[in-house]
Amino acid sequence: MLNVNDIHSYYGKAHILGGLSFDVPRGEVVALLGRNGAGKSTTMKSVMQLVRPRQGSVSFQGQELIGKPAFRVAKAGLGYVPEDRRIFTDLTVLENLEVGRQPRRDGAPEWTMEQLFEIFPNLAERRTNRGKHLSGGEQQMLTIGRTLMGNPLLLLLDEPSEGIAPVIVEEMAETILKLKSEGLTVMISEQNLHFARAVADRAIIIEGGEKKFDGSFAELEAHPEIRDAYLSV
Amino acid sequence: MAFFFAQFLTGLANAAALFLVASGLSLIFGVTRIVNFAHGSFYMLGAFVGVTLMDVLPGAVGFWGAIILTGLAVGAIGAFVEMVVLRPIYRAPELFQLVATFGVILVIQDLALMIWGAEDRLGPRAPGLRGVWRIFGEPVPKYDIILIAITPFILFALWYLITRTRVGVLVRAATQDREMVGALGVNQARLFTGVFALGSALAGWGGALQLPKGGADLLMDFNIIGAVFVVVVIGGMGSLPGAFIAAVLISVLSVFGVTYLPQSTLVLMFVVMAIVLIVRPYGLLGREEVAGEHGQVGAPETPIRPYGRTGKLLVAGLLALLAALPLFAEQFVLTLTVDMIVFALFAASLHFILGTGGLVSFGHAAFFGGGAYAAALLVFHTDTRMELAFLFAPFAAGLLALGIGWFCIRLTGVYFAMLTLAFSQLVWSLAFQWRDVTRGDDGLVNIWPAEWLNSPAAYYYFTLALGVGGILFLRHVIHAPFGYALRAGRDSPRQAEATGIDVKRIQYAAFALAGAMAGLAGGIFVFSKGSVFPTELEIGASFDALIVVFLGGVKTLAGGVVGAGFMTLVEDWLTRLEYWRLLLGLLIIAVVIIAPEGIVGSLRSLWTRIRGTESEVTK
Repeated sequence: MLNVNDIHSYYGKAHILGGLSFDVPRGEVVALLGRNGAGKSTTMKSVMQLVRPRQGSVSFQGQELIGKPAFRVAKAGLGYVPEDRRIFTDLTVLENLEVGRQPRRDGAPEWTMEQLFEIFPNLAERRTNRGKHLSGGEQQMLTIGRTLMGNPLLLLLDEPSEGIAPVIVEEMAETILKLKSEGLTVMISEQNLHFARAVADRAIIIEGGEKKFDGSFAELEAHPEIRDAYLSV
Repeated sequence: MAFFFAQFLTGLANAAALFLVASGLSLIFGVTRIVNFAHGSFYMLGAFVGVTLMDVLPGAVGFWGAIILTGLAVGAIGAFVEMVVLRPIYRAPELFQLVATFGVILVIQDLALMIWGAEDRLGPRAPGLRGVWRIFGEPVPKYDIILIAITPFILFALWYLITRTRVGVLVRAATQDREMVGALGVNQARLFTGVFALGSALAGWGGALQLPKGGADLLMDFNIIGAVFVVVVIGGMGSLPGAFIAAVLISVLSVFGVTYLPQSTLVLMFVVMAIVLIVRPYGLLGREEVAGEHGQVGAPETPIRPYGRTGKLLVAGLLALLAALPLFAEQFVLTLTVDMIVFALFAASLHFILGTGGLVSFGHAAFFGGGAYAAALLVFHTDTRMELAFLFAPFAAGLLALGIGWFCIRLTGVYFAMLTLAFSQLVWSLAFQWRDVTRGDDGLVNIWPAEWLNSPAAYYYFTLALGVGGILFLRHVIHAPFGYALRAGRDSPRQAEATGIDVKRIQYAAFALAGAMAGLAGGIFVFSKGSVFPTELEIGASFDALIVVFLGGVKTLAGGVVGAGFMTLVEDWLTRLEYWRLLLGLLIIAVVIIAPEGIVGSLRSLWTRIRGTESEVTK
C-alpha cells in the first residue's frame, strides 16, 4: 500500500534520512522502532510531505507523493497523528474533530463523531471543553480521533505512547488493535518495544536515518544483539 | 443632554466603517499572520469603486446594490493581491510581508490616481435617507441611524461565521497551527485566499458605506490605517468583539473631541490607546501572543562577522572618495550626497533596532522628524545658537524614544510594530495640529546652520563627519558586548534571560540609542534644508527607512547604507516620472519575491557561490 524507496531528507544542512526504504502492506500494523534522534518522526513527516525528501520515492497505492502539498497527501488517504499532538487548544473537542472531517472514502472504515466517542468515552464527556483543558491522555485520544475523522486508509501514528500514563498506554494498545480489526492499515513509531510488540505485526528498526532491521518480532527475539545495539531497553 | 446623546449617536454611526475595516484587518492577521498595511488601500478602493457604481446604478436599489457589489469587487482585488504578492512569501520573515504590503499601497495609490484622477469625490446621499430625524429635539441624519442599526448585524454575521460554521472552525484552527490543518487535508492556500478576500471585502464595504458621510480621496488609505491600528491594538488583535468595542470607543471619543477639544482630535485617540495598553498590554479582549508557534519557520540568522581585508579596503576607498568629493563635484552632487548620508544614518539607526535588535519598528520617523523638530523649535522660538540646537536633536529624540519605548518594548512582533506606528502618528498629529507651537502644515522655516558651516562644502564635511561617525559608532556597538547581548535577545530571548541578560532592558536601551541616532540624522537634515514639515513624521517617512533597510538587506550591516544610497538615487530619478509610486511599488514587490536577501545579501550570496565556499552561503 505504501512503498518508500531510498528517501533522503534534510533539516537545513543536516542529513537526517540517508536512503531509507520500506513497505507497509494493506491491513498490517508496522512498528517503526529506534532511539531518540534515529529519524522516526522525520520518516513520518517525509511520508506526509511535511518534510520534503530531496531524493527517492514515496508511493501510496501507486501514486507518487513527493512534491505534493500535505493536504493532497491527506486527501489521498493518509492520516497523520503527530508526536507532539498539535491539537487546537482554543477549539472545543467537537471543533477539533470537525477540522479533521473529510468525505468518506472507498475502502476505508468510515468514522462519525459518535463512533469515536464510543472508542474514546472520555472525550464524549468533554465534547464542549476546549483542547487546552484536556489531560495529556485525552489530548492524545483527541489527536487520533481528529485524524480518524478524515476516514484514512493508512494511519501514521507518531509515538502514541509517549508521555501518557501506563494505564492509558494499555487502552491505547487496545484501541490500535481495534482500528486494525476495522480494516485500517497502521504505521506507528515507537521507542517502547513492549508496546510495539503488543500491537504490531512487524518491526522496522532505524538508526542514524538508515534501516537496520526489518522483520517479524519473532525474528527480533532471535537476535537480541540487534535489540541491544539499536534500542534502549 | 439631548445634544450629548445626538453626539453619541454620530460617534456610533462613524464606528460602522471603522469597525468593518478593523475587523477585516484582524481577520486577515488571525489566519495569515500578516499585518496587511495595504488594508487602508482596500478601504480607499471601496470608496472609489462605490462612488463610480453609485453614479451608474439608479435609485435606492442601485445605492445599496452598489455597496454590496463594491465589497465583492474589492474582495476579488484582495484575492488577486493575496495570490500574486503574498502567497510566495508566507514563510518569509514578518518584515518582508509588511514591506510587500507597503509596495501594494504604492501601486494602488497610483492606479487610483490613474483611474479616478486627483480630484476628491463627494459621496452621493443615500436615496430616501437624505434628511434628519429629530431625537429629543436634536437633528440626527437618517443615514446615521441606519448605519447604527446595520452594524450589530454585521458583527453578528461575522461572529456567526467564525464561531458556528465549518469555515470558521478551519479559520480558527489555521490561526493556531496552519501546517497541521494542511496535514488534515484542508487546502490552506484556498483558505488563506478566501480569508484575505473576505477581509478585503470588509474594508471595501467600509469604504462604500461611509460615502454619504464623507467621500473618496487619495489620502484615505493612510488616514484610516492609523485609526484602524489603534482600534485593533485597543480591542486586541484577532478579537472581533474587541474591534467593535474599540471602534465605538474611538469614534465616540473623536466626535466629542471635535466639539470640546478641536485642537487635539488626532492626539486623543492615541492617548486613549496608551491608557488601555498600560492596563492591558494586549488590548481589551486580546491575548498574549505565543512565540514559536507551529508552521512559523524562520531561517536561522547568520552571525555578523567583522569585515575582512577586501571589505575594509572598500570602505576606506569609499571614505577617501567622499572626503575628496568637494574638490571636483558640482554643488547639486554635494547636496544629493548630504541627503544620502542623512538617509544612510537614519536607515542605519533603524537597522540597528530592527536587524540587530529584532524589533520591527514602524514608526522610526518619529525620532528622525522628532530630532529635526526639536532643533528647529529651539531655533525658531528661542533663537538658540545652531550648535546647541543641533545637539538638542539627538538628545530630544533619545528622550522621546525612552518615552515611547516604555510602552512598546513590553510587546513583541506585530504588536510592537503597530504600536510604534501608532505613536509615530501621535507625534505627527502633534506637529500637524499644535499650530501655535509647530505652525502645523506651514512647517518651521529659516533654520539655517551657523556662520562657519554656511557654505555647501563646509556643511558637507560637517555631515560627512557626523553621519559616518554615527554609522561607525552604531557598528562599533553591534560588535561590542552590548550588541552581542542584543542579538542574543533577538535570537533566543529565553536562553538569553537564562544566561543573565536582562533582555527587555537591553532592548529598551537599544531603542533609545536608535532613536537618538535617528534624531542626529534629523538634526543634520533640518539644518541642511533650512526647514522642517510634518511630512518628515508621516507613515511614509517611516516606511521609506524600512524599505531602504529591506532593499539593502536586513541581515547585513552595510545593507542600510547601500540601500539608502540606492534609494536616494532611484527616488531622485523616479520622482521625475508621473507614476513613480507605481514603479517603486512594483520594484519593492519584485525584490521581496525575487531577491529577499536584499542588495547586499544577494551580492554576498553570489560572491560566496562564485568562490565555491558553499558552507558560507546564507540560507
